[in-house]
Formats: sequence, C-alpha cells, structure tokens
Amino acid sequence: MAARRRLARVPWGLLVAVAALFVPAIGSRFYTFVATDIAIMALFAVSLNLLLGYGGLVSFGHAAYFGIGAYACGILMKVHAVPFSVALPAAGLLAAVFAALFGFFCVRLTKIYFAMLTLAFAQIVWAVSFKWNSVTGGEQGMSDVPYPDLSGLAWVPGLAGYRTSDHFYVLTVGLVAACLWILRRVVRSPFGRLLTTIRENPERTEFIGVDVRRHELLAFIIAGLFAGIAGGLFGIFNRGVFPDFAYWPKSSDVLIMTILGGMGSFYGPAIGALILIILNQEITSYTEYWPFVLGILLITLLFLFPGGVVGALGGLVRRLERMRRA
Amino acid sequence: MPDLSFLLAQSLSGLTAAMFLFLIASGLSLIFGVLRVLNFAHGSFYMLGAYLAFQFVLWGGMGPGRFWWAVLGAALTIAIVGGLVERLLLRHLYGKDELYQLLFTYGLVLIASDAAKKAWGTQQLSLSRPPGLTGSSRVFGTMLPHYNLFILLLGPTIALGLWLLLNRTRAGRVIRAAALDREMLGALGVNVSWLYTGVFMLGSFLGGLGGALVTPVRAIVPGMDVEIIVEAFIVVVIGGLGSFWGTFLGAVIYGQVLAFGILIVPAFSIFSVFALMAVVLIVRPWGLLGQPLGT
Repeated sequence: MAARRRLARVPWGLLVAVAALFVPAIGSRFYTFVATDIAIMALFAVSLNLLLGYGGLVSFGHAAYFGIGAYACGILMKVHAVPFSVALPAAGLLAAVFAALFGFFCVRLTKIYFAMLTLAFAQIVWAVSFKWNSVTGGEQGMSDVPYPDLSGLAWVPGLAGYRTSDHFYVLTVGLVAACLWILRRVVRSPFGRLLTTIRENPERTEFIGVDVRRHELLAFIIAGLFAGIAGGLFGIFNRGVFPDFAYWPKSSDVLIMTILGGMGSFYGPAIGALILIILNQEITSYTEYWPFVLGILLITLLFLFPGGVVGALGGLVRRLERMRRA
Repeated sequence: MPDLSFLLAQSLSGLTAAMFLFLIASGLSLIFGVLRVLNFAHGSFYMLGAYLAFQFVLWGGMGPGRFWWAVLGAALTIAIVGGLVERLLLRHLYGKDELYQLLFTYGLVLIASDAAKKAWGTQQLSLSRPPGLTGSSRVFGTMLPHYNLFILLLGPTIALGLWLLLNRTRAGRVIRAAALDREMLGALGVNVSWLYTGVFMLGSFLGGLGGALVTPVRAIVPGMDVEIIVEAFIVVVIGGLGSFWGTFLGAVIYGQVLAFGILIVPAFSIFSVFALMAVVLIVRPWGLLGQPLGT
C-alpha cells in the first residue's frame, strides 16, 4: 500500500511529457508523425471524458467542436494570415461558443436523447462544412494550412537540428501538456466533484441546491473548448482541414479511444488514444480491413474489459496486492 | 412559382423515398420501443439485405417471381442473423449502461461494412426492376415507374399490417406490454427473453426487407448502411422513438422536407433535415407522437 501511495506521488504526466519531447531525437520522421497524432488525439479524448467519464453525459457529436476548431484555426492562419498564437486560442474560443449554443439545448435532454441531439448538431456542422464552398472549401476541404512560424525554437539548445515538423511537435506536446494540466485542475476542483455527483444522482444533486443544467452546460463548454484546440492543432498537423473532421465516425473514434483506455481515470482516454493510433498504424500495414479489426476489438472490449485498459490494470494490481497479503 | 404538376411530382418522389424509410425506421423504432436499444447496426441489416437480394437473384435468375423469392429470402436471412446477434451477444449487455449497447451495435456496423466489402467488392451493383413492374405510367403529368407505384402502395400496407399485428393480436399485446413493463410481464409467465429475440428478429426482418426492396431503385454500394441509418435516426426522432404512427409520420415529413428543401436551398437540403430534427428535439424531445421516457 505504501509503495502504491509513493507511486501515486510521482508526477507521471510531467515525466511522460518530458520524455515525449525526445521522440524527434530518435530521428525518424515517422515516429514524430505518430507521436504528434497521439498527443493531439489524447487531448481530444480527455476533453470528451470530462463529459463521458466525469459528467456521465454520452456525447455522440464531440467531433463538431474538433471540426469547428480546425476550420477556425485553418481559415484564420491560411486566409487571414493571423499568427498561430492568436489563431489557436480563437479556434478554441469559437468551439466553446458553439458548444455553449448547442449545449444549451443538449443538456435539457437526458440519456439517449442527449446523445442523439449532440449527434444531430455535429451532423449539421458536418453538412455545413461539406457544402459551404466559399468558406470551408466544401467537399474538397482546405489544404495547405501553414505551419506556425517556429524559427524561435531553433535557438533553444538541442532543438537546432530539428525539422519544422519536429518543432511543431515540440510545441504540440507543450500545449497539450498545459491543456491536460488545466483539465486536471478542473476535474479536481469543487466544480469537478459536483459534476461527478451529478453523474451519480442528478435528482439528489438538484435537491441540495445545485443547478444541474448549468453545471452540465459548463462542462460541455469546457469540453468543447479543448476539443476545438485539439482540432486547431490537428488541422495544422494534417496540413489541411476536411469535412471528415466533424463527421460522426470521428466522434465514435474518440469515444472508442476513451472506452479503450478507460473512462474511469483521468489519463485513461490518453492511453486509449496511444493504443488505438499505434494499433491502427500496425494493422493498416498488414490489411486494409482496419474497421473490421476495430469492430472486433470494440466488442471484445465491451464484453471482457468494460473498464478499459486502465480499469483492467487496476483490477490486476488490486488482485496482486490481495494475493501478497494473503 | 412552379406549376402544380411539378410540385405534385416532387411530392410523390418524396413520398416514395418516405415509404422505404418507413420500412427501415419502423424496425429500428420497434426494437427501441421494446428493447430500449438504439440499434446502429440496423443500417447494416439494410445494406446486407440489399447485397443478399442481389446474390440470390444472381443465383436464381430474374425469371417471373424469382425476384420476390430473393427479396423474401434476403429478409429472412437477415432476421436469422439478427436473432443470432441478439441471442448470443446483445442479451448480455441489457443490464449495462446504454453507452455499451450503443457501442456494441456500432462495432457490428464496422464489422458488417468490411465483411460486405470483402464479399461483394466496392463497385456499384444494381438489379433491374422485376418483370411485371418494368413499365411506368403518367401520373399528374410526370412519368412514375410502376415499381415506385408499388412501393407507394406497399408502405401503407405494411404499416397497416404491423399496426394490426401490434394492436389486434395476442402477440402484439404481449409485445406492447413488454415495452411498458418487462418485469411484470415476466411475472405473468411470459418468456420475455425469447420475446426480445423475436422482436429483434422482426425488426431486423423489416430492415433487411427495406434493403432488398430498394435494389431496383438505388445502387448497392458500400456506405449505404451509414447513409440510411442516419436518415432512419432522424425519422424516428422526429416521429418519436418507439411510436409506431410517429415513425410513419416522421418518414413522410422527412421525404417531403427533403424533396422540397432541394428546391428552396439546393446546397443545404441535408441541412434542412438536420435542422428539422434539432428543432423537434428542442421543442418535443420525445418526438411528435412519442411519449416522454420514464426513467
């Protein structure tokens, strides 16, 4: 027990973030590419888990805010030549505004209806981005989103030999780490605790004088904000923004990451993103039938490990401890 | 102002689409009404029904009556597949969170779409109209294929048949009772577990039937599963999840909004439908003819 408590005091998040900074040093362009993907999707998944795991709100349309953020950041940087340091926060803010607008209606519904309305709003975002040629580029999307100017990073000792994509990766890791730190503060704040209480029993929480809807809406807005930031980063990483970003398979992908990692823990969804992206890379090099594998994986997970990887590991650790004590 | 015959023709085309949608959405709504499971895989059953009908016609030829046997065979096969899925897997998730059931059926969607790609490839397939329904007639000044006319009649017929089944037979009474109170029904000596399997099979049958019947009108392509499930969702949400006539009404409204939405804002016809769904969910979350969910 004491060993476990000591383990819990290690700042794992910080260690992982610092270790991640050395990925480009291995030298392979491919590793950096995959690591950037993982970092961004980890933020996206953790932002969803604020709703799913902490609030008990099943959003089937989280891709909407990812897409809005991606388009906002891409359009600002490419068309209006706005610097990244303004464009990214603006993208997050716009996503949050839309989350406030859509969320206002969504949180008035419960359970399955909540899921369906989030899906409906996401489909509207997708349909608009698909058809609004003059702004979003329509079906063709918007390619050639520029990298932010990161020449300043070259002055940092050790980073001089890095490529532009490596510099962007370093920036991404830093930003994602900062966002995760904020989200962790949110989850541990009185607001976060109340959110969990609402998940457990909305009626009773209402009875003790908490405005349930307002708390849920606030969670929805925060989740949308960070999904928008993840989207903005992803658009740059992907060198383009496409309607797919807001399409419902994107929403279900991030749901699967969250479940795979385990929605019962803060970093679970991030671990889910890591596993799913690496699996995707590995399996698509053998077969084109990745969705088939994903389907089998998902169903196996639901039946055998409903707590996800983190839940399963936690169960294993507890069982080992019991064995040692016996 | 476009002339009247054009408006009527547009309305009829919307109505034909609505009848297909009703067939598929009624299965979805039935399963939700009784099992409280929102079945993402319903679109996959529709797609597999279409591919199977194609396969059966390929084997059996297009002689008189052959098409109908192929359609029936496809729908029955899908019913059996649905029964197996419910019996072997889905049953074990009933007690758990809705999210798990939703994701389970989504897993089925992924598996079915790749399986169909593997079996039938990615090129477009299609069937010709069955003998006897190949012609077309002039209705309100536009040519209407006889097959579409047949679908326009079949939709209400199946709606009526389903309504009679649910409201005028013992089996229907039991099904409606299961939707209201599963435990009570079990206490009265009804085998609810098999009843659920039966309802799931009936719902799957309707999905498969819709897919098989659509083959002479639309191309059979990968991706048709996702396209239809989103449409069917909208229909049942507008009409009311689990409400029978609501589904019919939802399908008709959907067909009309789509048919006329194209005229008003060509680029945003999909948008008009999603907007309609959002409005309905905001004003009446349980749909036009549905009832609020007791928790």
